[in-house]
Amino acid sequence: MNFADEPAPGLPLPILPGHVSTGRLERVLRAGVFAVTAELDPPDSADPEEVLRRARIFDGYVDAINSTDGSGANCHMSSIAVCALLTRAGYAPIMQISCRDRNRIAIQGEILGAAAMGVANILCLTGDDVGAGDHPQAKPVFDLDCMSLLAIAKGLRDEQRFESGRKIATPPRVFFGAAANPFGDPIAWRAQRTAKKVSAGADFLQTQYCYDVPMLRQYMRQLEDLGVLEKSFMLVGVGPLKSAKGAEWIRRKVPGVHIPDAVIKRLAGAQDQAREGRQICIDIVNEVREIKGVAGVHVMAYRQEETVAEIIQSSGVLGGRIPWHPTRDRAAATQPEAIP
Amino acid sequence: MYVVRHWSVRHARGLEIFYDAFEWLLVALHPLWKRIGYARLEAPFALLERAVKGLLFDCQMCGQCALSSTGMSCSMNCPKNLRNGPCGGVREGGFCEVKPEMRCVWVEAFAGSQRMKEGRELIKVVQLPVDRRLQGRSSWLIVARQKGEAREAKSA
Repeated sequence: MNFADEPAPGLPLPILPGHVSTGRLERVLRAGVFAVTAELDPPDSADPEEVLRRARIFDGYVDAINSTDGSGANCHMSSIAVCALLTRAGYAPIMQISCRDRNRIAIQGEILGAAAMGVANILCLTGDDVGAGDHPQAKPVFDLDCMSLLAIAKGLRDEQRFESGRKIATPPRVFFGAAANPFGDPIAWRAQRTAKKVSAGADFLQTQYCYDVPMLRQYMRQLEDLGVLEKSFMLVGVGPLKSAKGAEWIRRKVPGVHIPDAVIKRLAGAQDQAREGRQICIDIVNEVREIKGVAGVHVMAYRQEETVAEIIQSSGVLGGRIPWHPTRDRAAATQPEAIP
Repeated sequence: MYVVRHWSVRHARGLEIFYDAFEWLLVALHPLWKRIGYARLEAPFALLERAVKGLLFDCQMCGQCALSSTGMSCSMNCPKNLRNGPCGGVREGGFCEVKPEMRCVWVEAFAGSQRMKEGRELIKVVQLPVDRRLQGRSSWLIVARQKGEAREAKSA
């Protein structure tokens, strides 16, 4: 029987043949459905409700939620703790792990722990340098780089062994991902670098913000030539710009983000720049979904997370599909039993 | 030295040829190294290697040299110690995100690899995690010993 207040937890799914994880994101991607992920801005707070409130914004619009790991080298609630709260509530997180703050002993333990809590997706990152954040006096670790992290993570899952060779009783059934930046120097080598990540073990990829679709198209063609399109799922990073001034600032201050002049001009010419920023984002979503090999979008709407719903809704990429979230099926599942 | 480091990348092919010959010699002398004792040779070799590679590559003595796979640009000079390619933050024109005055070691690595014969392909190979215990050790001796012992095992 069901109780009226019963939680609908995101229990692990059975692993289908050819699948590696217990998660919904892999199911969606392998089914060939256009996937949507979004980034949760972790709170500077110890309040769990703060995390859940930020997750609920995405209800019905995303297949998985990225939990960042001290992004920009700024201190926030930890990625694993955010994931603990999210999985407890039934959400499907993509736990980000950066190599900046922990060595391989901590990271491998964390992958096992995360999988035990129901985390089915992990994004392996190198991480920003400590100098970029609010604690430049901290010691950067970088015991691993994202590539060796991927290789170790794959070993945990597929060979059931730690890097040391020691055996693992139950491996983490996790879909592993990596970041890609098709828009940064050295441009000519970006596809090659992505191919290397895929061969190291990246099941899916999430890119840096895309504001230059022709550039992405060229990169995707290169990936096709390298034969990696079939081996990994590409989620293109998108996000709304708030204003022309803000865009200029990002372009100047955030290394690795490329915003063409045309985008800034379009923003500057608009009456309502924030609205135009969302429209640009919607247009980009609609352009990239047509590109061969693009499996979905990853929306990073930093400090304007409430716009994700509008962007996804207006772009129509879900095609009427409602991605699973903890309360989606609750109405059906909690039909009170007939009392004679 | 920064200037010499760039010279080395520009002459990656020449250095590749030189190193191949040098490594051949190192491995050929394995019986001699064994007789003297690898442990006894460690300090002088490490000193020599640090001096030579320090000058040519700003070598950080990680003890597991990957220069042949990184276009003769030492990847341990990357502030994030990236051994498998550039991070996503490379600045326009190929400069480092963390040290804006420095050229990204991976932009250099790609340029160097294109001048090399084996290095052109080796740059695509995934480099496994660094063994931090080897920090400060002579990678020349490690290579001589590994390859020398492998050769012995083969002929035995």
